[in-house]
Amino acid sequence: MSTVIEARGLSKRAGRATLLDDVGLSVEAGEMVAIIGPNGAGKSTLLRLLSGDLRPSEGEVRLKQRDITSYTPRELAARRAMLSQHINVTFPFTVEEIVLMGAGERSARDAGPLVEAALDEVGLSHFRERQLPTLSGGEQQRTHFARVLVQLACGEAEHGPGLLLLDEPTSSLDLRHQIDLVEAARRRAAGGTAVIAILHDLNLAIRFANRLIVLNGGRLTADGPRADIVTREIIRDIFEIDAVVHQADDGVPYVLPQSMRAVQSEPPPR
Amino acid sequence: MSVAVGTDARSPQRTGAGRRFTSIAIPLLLAVLAATAIVALTVGAAGIPLSRLPAALGLAGNATADAMTARDQLVLWSIRIPRIAATAMVGGLLAAAGAIMQGLFRNPLADPALVGVASGGALAAASAIVFTDSRFGETLRFLQTELLPLAAFAGSLATTAILYGISSRAGRTSIAIFLLAGVAITAITNAGIGLLVFIADDRQLRDITFWMLGSMSGVTWTKAAVLAPVLVIGLAACAYIARGLDLLVLGEADAFHGGVDVERLKRISIVMVSAMTGVAVSISGVIGFVGIVVPHLLRLVIGPAHRLLLPASVLSGAILMVGADTLARTIVAPAEMPIGILTAAVGAPVFLGILLRQRGLASL
Repeated sequence: MSTVIEARGLSKRAGRATLLDDVGLSVEAGEMVAIIGPNGAGKSTLLRLLSGDLRPSEGEVRLKQRDITSYTPRELAARRAMLSQHINVTFPFTVEEIVLMGAGERSARDAGPLVEAALDEVGLSHFRERQLPTLSGGEQQRTHFARVLVQLACGEAEHGPGLLLLDEPTSSLDLRHQIDLVEAARRRAAGGTAVIAILHDLNLAIRFANRLIVLNGGRLTADGPRADIVTREIIRDIFEIDAVVHQADDGVPYVLPQSMRAVQSEPPPR
Repeated sequence: MSVAVGTDARSPQRTGAGRRFTSIAIPLLLAVLAATAIVALTVGAAGIPLSRLPAALGLAGNATADAMTARDQLVLWSIRIPRIAATAMVGGLLAAAGAIMQGLFRNPLADPALVGVASGGALAAASAIVFTDSRFGETLRFLQTELLPLAAFAGSLATTAILYGISSRAGRTSIAIFLLAGVAITAITNAGIGLLVFIADDRQLRDITFWMLGSMSGVTWTKAAVLAPVLVIGLAACAYIARGLDLLVLGEADAFHGGVDVERLKRISIVMVSAMTGVAVSISGVIGFVGIVVPHLLRLVIGPAHRLLLPASVLSGAILMVGADTLARTIVAPAEMPIGILTAAVGAPVFLGILLRQRGLASL
């Protein structure tokens, strides 16, 4: 196993607010990691720092043993792919054109099979000629996921196992497509890709990843195998809700929130 | 294995398959441009029927021909051809600048005129008209024809430089601030133009007004020669930035994730838009809406991919401008209608149409 991405002492400040405070982590090739935590915990900030899009106020990120700032945008794109949360396409590009954008400098002919496979994987082959702005939010999200898969495949063909970052990739998806997306990400990890995803659905996160990272108030408060993280106490600490943790038939834990009301009445620490 | 490769090679769909005209767009537009240019050559104050055109162009035999041919040749080579060439290039530059700016702002209504680039040029041109005329008397008056385009070009570039300075910090350019600062700069330059109009005498006023309305009359080979290199560099730049502009539709962060050097893309685009607009405006005066109407209509037919959209915009802008200019110099012949009036009369309704369409989509 080789380390794909490593972060040391990452802090990010914007004005007086500290978005992220001294976060360190390391993810190996083939690992599947889910980042969980309440709103405003710094999850998206962490992902953007890991993607090279944001520069940390302190600390450094190393992608494949190299300082992430030493890559050009194009070199970076060949080694990590990222799916953002909100993408609003204003011009009438077709689904196929959007997915093809993941193929970089490759011609439409070269990338054709990859585009085809990705569209098939997200179940949008029949929509290839539809204009993106006419599709539903979930269909648009799947289109962008297909684009990111094409980018990942193009990069991995040249540089070996890469990094796949997903920022709430299931936020607009129905149940079936949530599972499909998670399965697709799983297949990438089985092929050696390091996958890091922000997921809000705890049970999906547990199913998705064997390793969970918990962010709270800009700090990394827990990092480990799901069985260690998914306990009634830790969930109460993070989300301030009472939840019962059961075990599914296959031994994987699942979480059942008991009440919508907060356990503690004081406001959450900022 | 070889069978599998064979099927793979056939199965990939062309980009934007399902859209018509993508493969024949460029040849088709070239043919239309050629036809428009031929019509433009034959009509005008001195009509040259199609039958006399080959001789006048020196394409058919007996070149030593009669007085009629000599007159035709004079009209064509020293007046009409440079004018048509310059008009076509101005139209191409304006349309391509509009398409680039719309890609940059991810908004089909963005236009170089919107961010003050054109009005910066107009202020400089108005200054040239007023000051060369009055302050320095006759000494500079004869320079006005040469000074005007230079001033307009310099004014556009200076405006862009100021805008870029305001909207860039630590190597990052904020497109929103660029747009808003452009609105403010437009107001300032309009105030400047108003002041010049206030102090101008009657003749200067007439010069300023006509220049502002836009006109292709009095174009010489020298002026046409200024446009050509900018168009060539512009086309080369278009090929270079096309993919980046496509990805920019995803937003700046996601274009970066896709491998685009976004800051460099923005720098090149801004410089190209101001150079293309500046040089076009310097020759023709302010001509609005070509930069909005042409790319918008093209997107409906050939799709928004910039690799095709940008060159197609150049050709369509050229067709539109040559057609409009031909109309401008024939409908009220022997006088000339300012071409800016024509393009605005056609363009503004199309602009409103886009707005209404967007409103309709938003309410769905």
